[in-house]
Formats: sequence, C-alpha cells, structure tokens
Amino acid sequence: MTATVAPPTGPAAERAGARARRLLRAVPPIWLVLAVVIVLIAWRNPTFVEPGPFLAFLRRCAPLAVLAAGQVFVIIAGEFDLSVGALVTAVVVVAARLSDGDSAATWWLIPLLLAAGAGVGLVNGLVTTRLRVPSFIATLGMLLVLNGAVFLWSGGAPRGSLADNFRQFGRFGINLPGLGQLPYAVLILLAVGVGLWLLLSHSRFGHQVYAAGGNPRAAALSGVDVPRVRTVAFVISGLAAVVAGILLGGFTGVTAEAGVGYEFQAIAAVVLGGAVLGGGRGSVGTALAGALTLQSVFTLLNLLGLAKSLRDAVQGLIIIGAAAYAAHRLRRSG
Amino acid sequence: MTASTTARRPARPGLPLDTAAASSAPVWLVFGGVFAVAWLLVELNGGQFMTVENLQNMAVRSVALGLVAVGQTIVLIGGSLDLSVAYMVSVTAVGASFVMQGDPDRMALGVAVTLVLGVVVGLVNGLVVTGLRVNAFIATLGTSLVMSGILNALFTNFTGAVPRQFQGLGYQALGPVPVAVLLLLAVVALAWYLLRRTRFGYHLYAVGGSAEAARLSGVRTDRVVVTAHVLCSLTAVLTGLFLVSRLRSGAPWVGPDGGYDLESIAAAVVGGTALAGGRGGVAGTLAGVLILAVIDQVFNEFEVNAFLKTLIRGVIIVGAVALYAARSRRSEGSF
Repeated sequence: MTATVAPPTGPAAERAGARARRLLRAVPPIWLVLAVVIVLIAWRNPTFVEPGPFLAFLRRCAPLAVLAAGQVFVIIAGEFDLSVGALVTAVVVVAARLSDGDSAATWWLIPLLLAAGAGVGLVNGLVTTRLRVPSFIATLGMLLVLNGAVFLWSGGAPRGSLADNFRQFGRFGINLPGLGQLPYAVLILLAVGVGLWLLLSHSRFGHQVYAAGGNPRAAALSGVDVPRVRTVAFVISGLAAVVAGILLGGFTGVTAEAGVGYEFQAIAAVVLGGAVLGGGRGSVGTALAGALTLQSVFTLLNLLGLAKSLRDAVQGLIIIGAAAYAAHRLRRSG
Repeated sequence: MTASTTARRPARPGLPLDTAAASSAPVWLVFGGVFAVAWLLVELNGGQFMTVENLQNMAVRSVALGLVAVGQTIVLIGGSLDLSVAYMVSVTAVGASFVMQGDPDRMALGVAVTLVLGVVVGLVNGLVVTGLRVNAFIATLGTSLVMSGILNALFTNFTGAVPRQFQGLGYQALGPVPVAVLLLLAVVALAWYLLRRTRFGYHLYAVGGSAEAARLSGVRTDRVVVTAHVLCSLTAVLTGLFLVSRLRSGAPWVGPDGGYDLESIAAAVVGGTALAGGRGGVAGTLAGVLILAVIDQVFNEFEVNAFLKTLIRGVIIVGAVALYAARSRRSEGSF
C-alpha cells in the first residue's frame, strides 16, 4: 500500500495522520494492549515504572515469557505442547533431588537438564510425527508420564534443595549503579528472546516452520521435511521449558506445584500475541508481548484488589477476547 | 498418491456410517484383550476378578467419566472440543447441592437449575466457537477459567447437601445392575441413535469431516456445532449430578480433581474418535472408558503406587492412539 491512499490534494496534516494510523496498524496490537495495561498499573502505582520495580516485574515474567517463546515454534508448526508445565515441575524437583544444595553440582546439572528437556521434546516430536499420534494426545501422555515418573522417583514429595548458585539465575542479578539490580533472569530472557527471534524470523529453519504449519502439503511438496521441522520445534519448546524451570526454581524454590497450569498459560500467551492455533501464524516478539501482557494483567488485577479466583475469570475473558479479535483481523485481511 | 504427499491425510470420502462402524470394532477387541489379561493377572495373583462386587465397582467407576466422555465424543466428531467440562461438573455438583439443601421437595428444582446452567454454558461455548471464530481449545479454556473463577469466589468448600432420595442415583441397584450404569447405557444408546439415525448426526459427521464442504452442501454448520456443545455440557451436568449423589455434597474441586476435561478427551480418542473430527462414535468411547476402568481395577488389586498409575496411564493412552494410527495407515496402503 502506498501513500496515495490519503487524498493527494488534502492538507499535509491529514496525510501525516494517515501515515500515523498506518504505522499504528503495522504494530502488532498486543504491544498497544501491553502499553495500556502498563499505563493503568502506573496510574494506580506510580513506582511500578521506576527501574527497580519494573525490572523485578520483568523477572517475574521471565519464566512464562521463555515458555511462550518456545511454545510459539510448536504452535506455528501446527501442533500443541501440553507437556511444558510438567517439564517445569520435573526440572525443579529433579534439580533439587540430584544436587541437594551442593553448589558444585550446578555445572553438570544444567547441561544434564537441558539434555533431558531436549530428549522430552524429541520424544514428543517423534511420537507426533512418526507414530502419527495427534500432538494433543502425545504431549498429554508426556504430561502424565513426567508427573508420574518424577513423583514416583522422588517418593511423592519433593526432597532436597537447590544450591544458591543454581538459584541465582532466577533470584539475583548484577548491581547497576543508580538503576538497582539487573536480574540475570531478564538477561536470560533477552538472550533467549533474541536467539529464538533470529531463528524464527531470519533463518531457513524459521521459514520452514511457518511453511510446515501454514500448509504442510505444499511445504512437503516444495521439499521441506515437515516431520523433522515439527520435531525440532518440539525440542525447542522442551529446551525453553528447562530454562523456564531453572528460572522458576530460583525464583520460588522447590515445590511440587512449580509448573502447574503453565502449559495453558504459555498457550494463552502465544494466542494473546496473535498466533493462530492450527499453525502458520505468530512470532516470537508477539508471544513475548503476550506473556508480559498476561503477567501485567495479573499485576493490575492484584492492584485493584481482586481475589485470585476472580483473576482467573478475568483471564478467561481476556483470552477469549484476544482470540476473537485475532480471528476477526484474520478474516478481514482475507 | 505417493508417500511424500501425505503430510496431512485428506478427509475420507464415503458414508459416515461406514467409518463410524469400522472404528469401534477394534476398540472392543482391545477391551476384550485387556479384560482377559486383567482377569488372568488377578487370578494368577490369587485374587478374584469376576466377582459381582468387582464388576459393579468397575461399572460405577466408568459412569462418571463415561457420561461426559459421550458428550465429548459428540463435540470431537463435530471437529470441536470442550475443555470446560471439568468445571461444568463442579458447577453442577455445587449448584445441585446448594439448591437442594437436603430437601427432597427441591430435588426437581436442583436438577432443573443445573440443566439450565448446562444449556447456557454449552450455548456460550458453541457461540464463541462459531460466532466469534475462536479456536475451541481457547474458547473452552476461557469459559473454564471464567467458571472456575466465579465458582471459587462464591464457594470455598462443600456446600449444602442432596437429600437421601437423590443418593439413590449413586447407590441403588436394580438387581445386580446399579441404577447409574443404566443411566450411562441409556445416554450411550441415545447418543448412538442421535449420531447414526438422525439428520443432526449425519450433519455432525459432515461438519467434522470438512466444515467447508458441509456448508457448501447446505448444512447449517454453526447450528450443528452449537448443538453439539450444548449436548456436551449437558452430559457434563449428568456427570456432576451422579458425582454429587455419591458424595452427598458438592465442592468446587470435584471436577478438576477428577481430570474430566483431559480424561474425557483421552477416553474418546482411545475409543477411536479422531481429534480432527469427522470420525468415531460413542460405542468406541464406551469401550475406551471401560478399558481405562479395567486397568484402574487391576492397579487397585495390585496396590500400584499412584504415581506409577499416572505414568502407565500416559503410556497406554499414547500407545493406543499410536496403534490406531498405524492401523489406519496400513488399511489405506499409503505407507
């Protein structure tokens, strides 16, 4: 679309207005929603936008945001990953049991956990693509297996504790003069976000993910190995879940409920960001914005004094509204 | 068609009758196999499997999941899905015991109120899916969150009670057959008739197979999907009424604790219903529910650790679906 949309004889101001509107339309709407929610929070609680509290807010968002950035690969590729919540719990419980507070263990523990996460993703991917089990069922099965196996192994209740140098990633940060603490979690989120954004939007593999989800048949005919692309998407989601688990373990400590509900929240965040279940649409940036929006809405409802249960209800309405809006936009754009 | 072009299988042509009938037979075979193995294992272990008490136990345990799984099957065939059934069960259980307050005269009122709630929730689900074009996963996840929020804000624990007469639904038996089992069989029969002998049923298979093709051939697809959602919510209401008759009183967590959302989908899929829609039937779902119940009974007999149970359940669900996938691939001969 060119600038000729505005009447050529109109005053310059009108043309500028049209340009601004077009610019606004180019910005994914979720960023505008996020901005509005943050303004509302700042209105109720002005200290929220000061560097210290805002960075603390970002740290709180980090686990969900990392999960969403991984989940978006799977969803764009046309599948679901319901196993991430159970994987987060597994990471926290296994790390506590294996290291039992020993800080020397951290350095082999993290690679081990990442490898396990990749393994879980690989199994999800292979069961989905090779055994042709719908990913909803395959990852639901993985959820049950992980929950069962982890608590069978740990005897029902999480035992052991996390070493301080393991917990630092979710808990501490670098002290910046004047700005307070820059949490490691925010740095990790930034690194994961940029890395996955490059992978999805600026690599061959990324294009193949969109192709595999948008029209698998056409993708296969043009030479994309759809099963392999989908499997790799599951591996990325598994790795993201491990990172989220490490951050969450540092932040909240060892509990058996660490990851409960995160699978649905991650999918909700991705959908809030405008991705369409069924595949082919979405992006890492808007998935991150979706996660931040979800978390900031929780913060806002908290500030307004709503009970936890009513927060759930509002979250439900928001998810439906966002998905309805995305569907509306999709239809209008053809 | 060559192997490289079958990334996503196109919907099968042919009468829905054939595909539905074809998909339920192997499930009953699997059920027979599982039942025989369970019997053998328990007898070899020195236990008794074929006792009236055991069979009644299994049957009653199948009822709660079975009722809602029938509704879930209907929605799945239509190419949709319902994650809100768990909280629909809770809303029903709490609503019924709150309205009845142990008074036999209010029984009809309690049942009527919960049925109306079921219709309303089903309508909302269906209209959000069809009218607003929201993916069913997201739509029903959303309504589920809304219901859980309102329910947990209003009630925190067991509330009210159902009268003794109402508990007959959960505990009475006609001869050796529990009343609740008769209810389940009646619901299955009704759903079977609806799916295989009525216009709605044919339209539902058509919409699930290809919504666009169904629309172009004159089916009012939206109306069919909304009806399916209402029916599904109503079966969740029946599960809630059955549960509250067993428990005497309803609490907000009875639905989600039973895992009826994911379990009902798993039971339907184990029973041969396709998640993508257009294929399956309630007979297969009944077999799927019974398979899960028999396995549960064996676990109890051997006093298997609860976590091991969860693990094995996961493997069985995935394994069963993988088996069907392999079978349908062979029969198509594309691999």
